[in-house]
Amino acid sequence: MKELSLNILDIANNSVKAKAGVIEIDVSESENADIVSIDITDDGCGMDEHMLAKVTDPFVTTRTTRKVGLGIPLLRQQAIDTDGHFKISSQPGKGTKVHADFRLTHLDRPPIGDVASTVVSLIFASPDIRFLYKHKTDKGEFMLDTQEVKEQLGDIPLNEPEVITWLTEYINENLQSIEGGKI
Amino acid sequence: MKSLEELRAIKAKMQNNVQLRGVEDADSVIRVVVGMATCGIAAGARPVLNKFIEEVQNRGLKNVLVTQTGCIGVCRLEPIVEIITPTGEKTTYVKMNADKVSKVVHEHLVNNRVVEEYTIGNADK
Repeated sequence: MKELSLNILDIANNSVKAKAGVIEIDVSESENADIVSIDITDDGCGMDEHMLAKVTDPFVTTRTTRKVGLGIPLLRQQAIDTDGHFKISSQPGKGTKVHADFRLTHLDRPPIGDVASTVVSLIFASPDIRFLYKHKTDKGEFMLDTQEVKEQLGDIPLNEPEVITWLTEYINENLQSIEGGKI
Repeated sequence: MKSLEELRAIKAKMQNNVQLRGVEDADSVIRVVVGMATCGIAAGARPVLNKFIEEVQNRGLKNVLVTQTGCIGVCRLEPIVEIITPTGEKTTYVKMNADKVSKVVHEHLVNNRVVEEYTIGNADK
């Protein structure tokens, strides 16, 4: 993947497929601490220990078109290659939590990329899921809760193109003010 | 700085449109399906999806429904986009990018002319 934001989109799509009601996306970047970290937590169907032990193997997937699944192995490899860590934990019926961190100044660390675009793509595809997106930098913190957006919109669906465009601008403006997503 | 309250203005404006859409729905909807599995995302499906959303809004195409799907099965040809007309005819576009999206929206969605050069039938020629 060219950007970490694409990994986020990919991993969060697993949560969507796990029928999550709430998906939390935490991005944290700190030049002071020399770390970028990504946490994706959902309350979807989860996995048993057996499956959990196997998901970092590229030859394990839930998809039916082919016998390879690369989303999790790709993220794990990128984290490990940049002096970072990868962790996945899950409980059947409770949900799944994926953590990856990267050394910010490592030469091979992919750029964070367009996180706003990732978040709106997710909202667009699954307007009924509640997304909690938090982005933290050394300058401050930004949070978007789609529940709050829904309260303003009433019966207008979140995935109306006009709402999506507004959300993209809203996220980008807020990221700019905390100097997020630039590295 | 934008605030969430601005959404109320969008809501007020949208309410008329939504009613409008309800009337012409069903029989006239063109579906645009973008493949968004790992293979699609890695190949650049996200900008393709976002370009479709942007074009559909800018042109006010009320009869177009943009959606996503998982892996379509021909990963080497991603990003893949399927366009399904109200009569059920399906066109599969392959190796898409944002520039190609503009042309497909203009030709196919607006003028109902398939852009043959981007279709799967022309992929290996």
